[in-house]
Amino acid sequence: MGNFAYFPHTEDDIRVMLERIGARSLDELYSDVPADFIYNKEYDLPDALSEQEVRDFFEKLGKENTQLKVFAGQGAYDHYVPSVIPYITSRSEFLTAYTPYQCEISQGTLRYIFEWQSMICRLTGMDVSNASMYDGPSAAAEALRMAVACTRKRNKVVVSTKLMQNVLDVVKSYLKYPDIEVVYAWDVLEELGPDVAGVIVPSICRHGIIQDLSGMADAVHAAGALLIEYCDPSALAVLKTPAEWGADIAVGDGQSLGIPLCYGGPYVGFLACKSEYMRKLPGRIVGQANDADGKRCFVLTLQAREQHIRREKATSNICSNQSLMALWVTVYLSLMGPEGLRKVNELSCAGAHYLYDELLKTGRFEEAFPGRPFLKEFCLKSLVPVDVLQQKLLDAGFFGALELDGYVTFCVTERRTKEEIDALVGVIKEIAL
Amino acid sequence: MRYYDKLIFELSHPGRTGFSLPASFDASARTNLCSPKKRLAVASSVSDAVPTKLLRESALDLPEVSEVDVVRHYTNLSQMNFGVDTGFYPLGSCTMKYNPKINEEIASHPLFSGLHPLQPAATVKGAQAVIDGLDAALAAITGMKHFTFLPCAGAHGELTGLMLMREYHMARNDAARTKVIVPDSAHGTNPASAAVCGLQIVEVKSGADGLVDVESLKPLLGPDIAGIMMTNPNTLGLFERQIGEIAKLVHDCGGLLYYDGANMNPLLGKVRPGDMGFDIMHLNLHKTFSTPHGGGGPGSGPVGVGERVLPYLREPRTSGFHGNFGVMLRAYAYILMLGKQNVKMAGPLATLSANYIKESLKDCYKLPIPSICKHEFVFDGLINDGACEGKAGATTLDVAKRLLDYGFHAPTIYFPLLFHQALMIEPTETESLETLDEFIAVMKKIAAEAAEDPDILHRAPHNAPIGRPDETAAARNPILKA
Amino acid sequence: MSKILEELLYSESHEWVKVDGNIAIIGVSDFAQQEMGDITYVDAPAEGDSVGKGEDFGALESVKASSELYSPVSGEVVAVNEELEDKPELINEDPYGAWIIKVKMNDESELDSLLSAAAYAEVAK
Repeated sequence: MGNFAYFPHTEDDIRVMLERIGARSLDELYSDVPADFIYNKEYDLPDALSEQEVRDFFEKLGKENTQLKVFAGQGAYDHYVPSVIPYITSRSEFLTAYTPYQCEISQGTLRYIFEWQSMICRLTGMDVSNASMYDGPSAAAEALRMAVACTRKRNKVVVSTKLMQNVLDVVKSYLKYPDIEVVYAWDVLEELGPDVAGVIVPSICRHGIIQDLSGMADAVHAAGALLIEYCDPSALAVLKTPAEWGADIAVGDGQSLGIPLCYGGPYVGFLACKSEYMRKLPGRIVGQANDADGKRCFVLTLQAREQHIRREKATSNICSNQSLMALWVTVYLSLMGPEGLRKVNELSCAGAHYLYDELLKTGRFEEAFPGRPFLKEFCLKSLVPVDVLQQKLLDAGFFGALELDGYVTFCVTERRTKEEIDALVGVIKEIAL
Repeated sequence: MRYYDKLIFELSHPGRTGFSLPASFDASARTNLCSPKKRLAVASSVSDAVPTKLLRESALDLPEVSEVDVVRHYTNLSQMNFGVDTGFYPLGSCTMKYNPKINEEIASHPLFSGLHPLQPAATVKGAQAVIDGLDAALAAITGMKHFTFLPCAGAHGELTGLMLMREYHMARNDAARTKVIVPDSAHGTNPASAAVCGLQIVEVKSGADGLVDVESLKPLLGPDIAGIMMTNPNTLGLFERQIGEIAKLVHDCGGLLYYDGANMNPLLGKVRPGDMGFDIMHLNLHKTFSTPHGGGGPGSGPVGVGERVLPYLREPRTSGFHGNFGVMLRAYAYILMLGKQNVKMAGPLATLSANYIKESLKDCYKLPIPSICKHEFVFDGLINDGACEGKAGATTLDVAKRLLDYGFHAPTIYFPLLFHQALMIEPTETESLETLDEFIAVMKKIAAEAAEDPDILHRAPHNAPIGRPDETAAARNPILKA
Repeated sequence: MSKILEELLYSESHEWVKVDGNIAIIGVSDFAQQEMGDITYVDAPAEGDSVGKGEDFGALESVKASSELYSPVSGEVVAVNEELEDKPELINEDPYGAWIIKVKMNDESELDSLLSAAAYAEVAK
């Protein structure tokens, strides 16, 4: 021993420790394990690598990935990441801490979660937010379950098929086994009834169209159900908020708030609601308190809602959050402020509309939804074979034109320059009609 | 640690900015090219593109601060936090091992961090190789066939694993299996996960030796049993030595065995859950495989399955894309450093450290079960809590708070529920003998203080940024946002 | 030692019942509030809800615990103590004064199965 950097034990240390315990060997510490279960063979693992070999290994694997200019969204957006964020989140006091059980030495974590909750409330217009969820899709599923818990004796939920595919997939899995009836509908209002507990709709649909939810909340509430809105939090800087639409619960994925794509995760979900549903909100919640000297401090609160106390009575089993990613978003929103976040939307919107126009001008596309408003993501009908289109883009270093419901989708964020867009359009112009 | 009492909102100064973005999107070329049809979108600003009735009405009240304000604020906050890099973190059932720094370097590598999750397979061969390599390594370590990496945490893994258990029975037209057996020593998440998966919980009692009582288990087994959730070693740190018989009984009744991987660390390099008969399991990459806890996440809770359940592995979709890929990169880097050589020492050294502390402190703290433990063990409070006429004794909470004064994180307290003053200690294999000895010395000193004057402990912590908060007032009148 | 009032009926799940004609006034015992510690929230049903004997009608929450409330009788909830919404501590301060709900009973014979003060004293130990 002594030659592995993460195990500090020398042969002498091991001997001293065994003596204290009164054991002759390390093997003796496993004398309570039936011999059949002791794995004495060599593990089918590679030989131990040194740090520099590990670095080389991943460098080599990384080069097997193709680095592309991203013109796609569908739940993962290539927004700009300010350099400050990884600098802050990699501070080991944040990075290597556990869940803030000992609040006296966790005020850093507790304070930024309180700030996250505040910012999510300000973005969505909701009264209460939890400390974060795994991701947007799982937050949507938890919100539906929460609606069932909030409305006594109602056991059906209505899910809009305008939601993105990965949200639909996760909702389907989450609600398959508890005894909740799920109805999927393009027009959710047609499915309202006395047994419906909740309805979930997107604020921007899977095709990128900004939804007009006029009258939606009134209709849902008149039927005695809760309205859940799935939203892109970045877009909430400019779009009508869930509260302004009359929603009861707001959910979504915080990835669009400056979290790198990172092949799908870690991201962070948010779940916020009106105050009357606070006691049914799943997950951790941080609240303000005072210590014995009257100093302002922050604690995990309302824990009687949580799974470790409710056990089999729990309506959710989440017992952590995506804390560090919540910090990531909190730092992002602090840097951006209202003006920066508005500008991200302006730049993305201008770029997306420019691309939309230029693609139509190539004659290789037709409009899919003429006159319908969009922000950064849109659909077109392709007049050239989609596989050819996608391959030509990939060959030129672009990722876009995802196939969706018979259309192709594109997305433009503030990271895409006019030169990049022109280059992409140039590639498409070369494709034979 | 120094008390710092600001919230970012309190630093806000209207007009100040902390962002740096291009001045504008240059679309000037567009206006020179007349489009063939006038119905094209011509918006250049959000208000042109989006009808007013779809636009935000209220002002967005985010902080207006400069970059240096942000950096100082969060640096100050970080200095009120305790992490593994700050000091010893003997938190039972949480496996707070050292988080190697090379893992962080790999996780933020631009050749991985820029990949869109929907990119076609031919463009993400490196990322797929990471997933496949980690899958193979975890299969080798656990004796399972394959893993799904969608779950983002241990509890998320439990939920995914129980969905798999139900898929298995449903596929066999065995829908009546809606009950799951959970030992009374189980982690609190087990019954919660089962409940949200629509399963009823049947509790099986532990015997006086702290192990699942096989005779109590037998009458519970029948055609309505979907399976059993086991933690082995259990939450008392004891190896369930009758696991072979339990596996046979459960399988014979048609049920499956679920392994809660929260306590996998002492078995790392020594015992494989697959060999013990488990059909489904989750691992906590943030425990056993050294990825940082991040103040409560992101973690990763991959679920592995044996032959029986393999056909259903891709059924449950419990997260939006491929799971927490960044965490998977870290864990894979760690496993490559461990390799086939070092892995064999991981579990045994963790077990050695736990037994060393247990034997060193059993004269000061009540040890309800004296046998050899695995990676952790449970004390049931102080032997002499200092209680005397008119003065309450020091509790486990008091011991925990006093430890903070001495620069250690507290152990897990009041869990498992089997003991009233539970104090659960898990040291991991990454702590040196000197660190363990310092901890032992401090624990003895605290025991002596309690015997002398428990009030010292009642009032602890004395040196933390804040004292104990009034949690009752916070829960009665919740203030949940600024 | 917890206080047990002679004139009330009790359930094994620590609710007390005061009978007023066909109305059952329901709260929790002194023993129950001591076991819970500082009550932080009372989750009560709405007026007009129906409750069944032995069914849960709400819950008490403290900082580190949650405890279901079980109705000792079946009937319709005709009143809810709204004061508890803002002052859950009243249950700690005066458990027999701080009633939680009033239920119009469907079947007064259900009272026969409840415990007398003396019998409840054996349960609340």
